[in-house]
Amino acid sequence: MSINATRIGAVVRKELTEYRRNRFILSTMAVLPVLFLISPTATILSIKATASSSRLDTAVGFSLMFLLLIPLLIPSTIAANAVVGEREQGTLEPVLTTPISREELLIGKAVANLVPAAALAYLIFGVFLAIVSIGASPVIASAVWHAPQLIAELFYIPLLAAWAIWVGLAVSTKMSDTRVAQQLSTLASLPPLALIALMSFQVVKPTLTIALAFAGALLVIDCAAYRVVARLFDRERLITGTKPTARTQSSRRR
Amino acid sequence: MSQVHDRSPRVPPDGAAAVEVSGMTKTFGDRIAVDDVSFSVARGEVFGFLGPNGAGKTTTVRILGTLIAPTSGSAVVAGIPLVPANEAEIRRRISIMPEAPGLYRRLTVTENLEYFARLYGLPGRQARIREALDAVDLGDRAQDLCGSLSKGLRQRVALARTLLNDPEVMFLDEPTSGLDPVAAHEVHGLINTLRQRGVTVFLTTHRLDEAERLCDRVAIMNTGLRTIGRPDELRHMLFSRSLAVTTAAPLGDPDRIFAGLPAVESWRDAGTPTAVPAGASAATPSGYVVAVSDPARAAPAVTRALVAAGADVLSITESRYSLEDVYLELVEDQEGAAR
Repeated sequence: MSINATRIGAVVRKELTEYRRNRFILSTMAVLPVLFLISPTATILSIKATASSSRLDTAVGFSLMFLLLIPLLIPSTIAANAVVGEREQGTLEPVLTTPISREELLIGKAVANLVPAAALAYLIFGVFLAIVSIGASPVIASAVWHAPQLIAELFYIPLLAAWAIWVGLAVSTKMSDTRVAQQLSTLASLPPLALIALMSFQVVKPTLTIALAFAGALLVIDCAAYRVVARLFDRERLITGTKPTARTQSSRRR
Repeated sequence: MSQVHDRSPRVPPDGAAAVEVSGMTKTFGDRIAVDDVSFSVARGEVFGFLGPNGAGKTTTVRILGTLIAPTSGSAVVAGIPLVPANEAEIRRRISIMPEAPGLYRRLTVTENLEYFARLYGLPGRQARIREALDAVDLGDRAQDLCGSLSKGLRQRVALARTLLNDPEVMFLDEPTSGLDPVAAHEVHGLINTLRQRGVTVFLTTHRLDEAERLCDRVAIMNTGLRTIGRPDELRHMLFSRSLAVTTAAPLGDPDRIFAGLPAVESWRDAGTPTAVPAGASAATPSGYVVAVSDPARAAPAVTRALVAAGADVLSITESRYSLEDVYLELVEDQEGAAR
């Protein structure tokens, strides 16, 4: 199967234009990150310079981990709407009558979602660091800037966002109701956060090997996920709402 | 009334088939949506696909449009066998306008069309978009958001979308649904233009007058194929030809008047006509239906016989059956049998 960049580009372009004009998506992208910025910022700013190093480590770990919710939650909500939303507004059928393959459609939607979600997460991360640098005591700010999680954060933002997007798309291809899809995809995108939480709170010793292995695993999953989600994307079920019959299934694997 | 259910593909007399369907069946679980349907559509033909709700029309279009797979049977679309490996190529050569326009409401008309032009990988996109919009007379609404358009205008945008890739075969599912008479007339004109350009049009419609006016041939579906043919062929196949005779007063001995006349097969009393011709006398007018084999030969003979018998003839007309009569006869016949 060949992937056509022009068609993927068309999907990305169309999706980004729609995002710009969709109040729900704009408000999700504008409000949620700010909400997620409040708690970690407050946590860091409230620590006294005299706090013990273990308390400081926990606070920094919590704050940086909390910021990773942004690349997980924002794209998952939007991705959940990607397929079921098109189905509800009746645009999926015309799109599927064009030469676009389901892989191209899904990759286009994933890229269109990943770019703003990752950009927003980095922006909020930058704002957090700026506030900490200006508002926190030099000792606390230095602890944040030198935390090993800081580098991990930079790598994990796109990896977690991509994970959340594929989970959201997978849920979106299976659900017939947008709201249910959004709730499910938010929940389903959270598991990677559990491991990050264990590392942030030093339950699992955050060695470089573990961090790299986890990042590598996420990268492999993110790159291969489109094949898995494409298998869930059944044209017939999405258009007719009915599961395909035996012969239909054998001829639908494309 | 004989039921027509031809199981073999009917290849039109002239030219290769643009669409050929053979023994196609589609089931959804236990429900049979399309039952062993076979037919053929010639290149450049405007082919009407009629049937009641749930008759399998849209399912057939979706199968031929590669959106869903048949449970059994085979088909050729735009000259290409309908198998999974050929689906992308078939989609390049056809276009489908579903019943719902399916437009992105937050995008402008142009943005919608541009998206689809890119999905088709079309060169010279802007020129094609302009052409398509001009064809449906929407050039001045190009920058409007689709969400702000009326249903009729959205339908026209969807029609413009189907023109973008210059398809060999167009599947139009209720293209005039929701359009006002003027807009519907324009769509009819567009379909006629497409016919002149050699585009095969597969038209699904509930509007029988539309099918009668536009289609070279029509198929009537009700899960299975009930009949297929030119509208006038179907009329002749289902209804015997007849003359409707109205006289100013009941005839004394109609049997003696009509019997033995050339091309007259039988007659029956039709009672008092609902619409009495202008100038009718105070006496009760009477109607008669005379079954004939050749109206051109029978009408003068019947007139002469009536005049010779001293009858005051108010009118003699050939009975006309519309495609609607054909449709109702076939569909109600089957539904009656099912009950």
